[in-house]
Amino acid sequence: MGKKIMTVDDSASVRMMVEFTMKAAGYEVLEAVDGQEALEKLDGEDVQLVIVDVNMPRMDGIELVSRLRAHPRYRFTPILMLTTESQESRKKEGKDAGATGWIIKPFNPQQLLDVVKKVLG
Amino acid sequence: MDDMYRTLTMTFREEAADLLEELEAALLELEATPGEIDLVDRVFRALHTLKGNGSMFGFEEISIFTHDIESVYDAVRGGYLPVTKKLIELTFSARDIIMAMLEEPGKVPEDVLKSSRTLADAFSSMAREAGRESGEDGEEGIDRESEIPERRLRTYRIRFRPDPGILRTGTNLPALISELRGMGESRTVAYLKNIPPLEDYDPESCYVSWDIILSSDRKPEEIRDVFMFVEDRSSFSVDHIDEGLEDEEEKRLGEILVERGELTRGDLENVLSERKHLGEDLLARNLVDEEVVQTSLLEQEVIRETRQKRQKEEALSSIRVASDKLDGIVNLVGELVTVQSQLSQAADDREDPELASIAERVERLTSELRDNAFAVRMVPFGTTFGRFRRLVRDLASEMGKDVQFVTEGGETELDKTVIEKLTDPIVHLIRNCIDHGIEEPGHREKQGKPPQGKILLEAVHSGTNVLIKVVDDGRGIDEEDIRRRAELKGLIPPGSRLSREELFTLLSTPGFSTAKEVTSVSGRGVGLDVVKRSIESLRGSIDLAGNPGGGTNITIRLPLTMAIIEGLLVRIARERYIVPLSEVEECVELAREERKGKNRGRHLASVRGELVPYVRLREWFDIDMDPPPIEQIVLTKNSGNRVGFVVDQVIGEQQTVIKSLGRMYRETEGVSGATILGDGSVALILDIPQLVHIAERLEG
Repeated sequence: MGKKIMTVDDSASVRMMVEFTMKAAGYEVLEAVDGQEALEKLDGEDVQLVIVDVNMPRMDGIELVSRLRAHPRYRFTPILMLTTESQESRKKEGKDAGATGWIIKPFNPQQLLDVVKKVLG
Repeated sequence: MDDMYRTLTMTFREEAADLLEELEAALLELEATPGEIDLVDRVFRALHTLKGNGSMFGFEEISIFTHDIESVYDAVRGGYLPVTKKLIELTFSARDIIMAMLEEPGKVPEDVLKSSRTLADAFSSMAREAGRESGEDGEEGIDRESEIPERRLRTYRIRFRPDPGILRTGTNLPALISELRGMGESRTVAYLKNIPPLEDYDPESCYVSWDIILSSDRKPEEIRDVFMFVEDRSSFSVDHIDEGLEDEEEKRLGEILVERGELTRGDLENVLSERKHLGEDLLARNLVDEEVVQTSLLEQEVIRETRQKRQKEEALSSIRVASDKLDGIVNLVGELVTVQSQLSQAADDREDPELASIAERVERLTSELRDNAFAVRMVPFGTTFGRFRRLVRDLASEMGKDVQFVTEGGETELDKTVIEKLTDPIVHLIRNCIDHGIEEPGHREKQGKPPQGKILLEAVHSGTNVLIKVVDDGRGIDEEDIRRRAELKGLIPPGSRLSREELFTLLSTPGFSTAKEVTSVSGRGVGLDVVKRSIESLRGSIDLAGNPGGGTNITIRLPLTMAIIEGLLVRIARERYIVPLSEVEECVELAREERKGKNRGRHLASVRGELVPYVRLREWFDIDMDPPPIEQIVLTKNSGNRVGFVVDQVIGEQQTVIKSLGRMYRETEGVSGATILGDGSVALILDIPQLVHIAERLEG
């Protein structure tokens, strides 16, 4: 049984890229379009890694990270943030909220895979 | 994979169309209510996503184009720019351009690109207006591959002390440690002494820290990268621990006594066996704890193994050759280069295509052979460190000073002959540092400095040069003191101000010394002048900087190779000269109307709007013949200043074998040597830094 990963992003193309890459590497992939939906879906699941975009409508990535860190099941789960170079301050907010690591956009599938392997071991 | 790419591109295109629709809607509303910050946010978000995703899915043009617009809206968000009619107008046009760019990635029509550039300029000047252009984003941070040192086995000591709360960030510590262990052979020691008794134990905290001794051919940066996500949630250090171990180890006292026959080996071993091991001794005295002794012993073991392995590898992959054999090869290559240019010349004269093609191949091979022959003669600068280390140790103890000697850039390679000729000057500089620079420990403490002084010897590549730095943290240079002494000795008129160069010249004047008393080491004022001369004989230069109390910083700049350079062949009347290509920036024509007058005693040419002073080599070399109607300026760059040299004709690049001038002509100013051209005639090699210097002096 492969590990489960959730990609949370309001951009369908990014979600799709994460999905393709991770499925090809043997992971199972769940999707959510924003923090709110992610929380709802994560509740009944056992996900080993969450990849979160920082900017999203409704609930943004940083809020989601702090919510997950307060969630009994996801307190220790690795969470990766997707940011861009110009969002240095947002990256720090995310780290303070408890994100495990980050990926700077733009990235390619190999870079994504490298970082995922790094945090999942 | 292709299918996946197509699907992704399609999804992105649909999504981008949605985003553009959203952008348009938000813009329309914003036009009606310009004060609404939520609308600005919507515009910004749409642009931001377009930019970020664009470059991920191959729409680079969109990403580049959107960047400046995004910056402008970021400034609007921050209240640095108002929402104006013009801004909205421009953003609408931008939306249409992005739409057009969506058609096919990488194949945007030229007219779209053209209008995108105009628009982007408008936005970027707006962003600049907001004064938030610089330092705003990390876009400048393009990875610049620094010069890659060769892969070699190194031993690192990695200390990793994670914060207790690190587990709550989802960090997988075992994964991190195994990533490190995957980089080479390693020994890991876990420190468990901070684990509290059970009643105080918090199962969600991390109490363990690690030392990892790793032998790896990875660069230190690659190892630090492992910690990229945890660097502010832990303290860690990566130290290279076997630097400088190539030096021959000093013999221990016991070994020397045995060798000299003063002591039998049996007696020595008896005495040694009665002594405790240092580690046990330290433990017994409670100076260090057991975990520390264990890791240190491990460290010792790993270093020993790495060294053995490295020596074995080096022994297998290299042979020793007497250096005069190498010199012989280089001389032959020099002769070959000369003959090759004669061959090329002959081929040109004969207009024989077959001969010309052979000559061309010979030229290519010769230049490859030349590079290879030079590479063989390159020696790492670090091979000299051992000698200097010993010098520092001896001198410091002789003079009652405490000096730490630090070396960097030992892998930087220099021509063997350069290194040989460099040793004496560096010895001199280091002596000066210890004698004049570093103060006595007590004196240093009074000034609030650490009692131990520091001397850094460093070698780095810089273009076609190698920079060697000798830096100390001693008392520095007291310009005032130097000026006073120079006045006293009548070397300068009273009250004159000194430039850095003049200062150095003074310091290197024979007989001039600021040391308060003459010691066995220095202070006789013969020193810096010798250093300066030997560096110049290597076609190098030396520069010195320092503040009173703030240490001294000496930089030696040397060319990479000595015997053959790339030159630019130029002609004035019937004479030909070589300008070292490394000094040349570009060549331009000198317009006739520009060369008439002088501007306040200087010749100035306008090169793309910039005024550049130039020297007429015709006048310098006293050539009487009239100049041709169109002359050329060879622009050179020397310590930041552009200076032009006017010649009749620029002939072309030429491999130049440097021949030194005979003793009679050695002092000739402006000429550093000569070379033999293809037709057997001689061309002088111009000494550009000196010419610039003389020109500046004449202008006064």
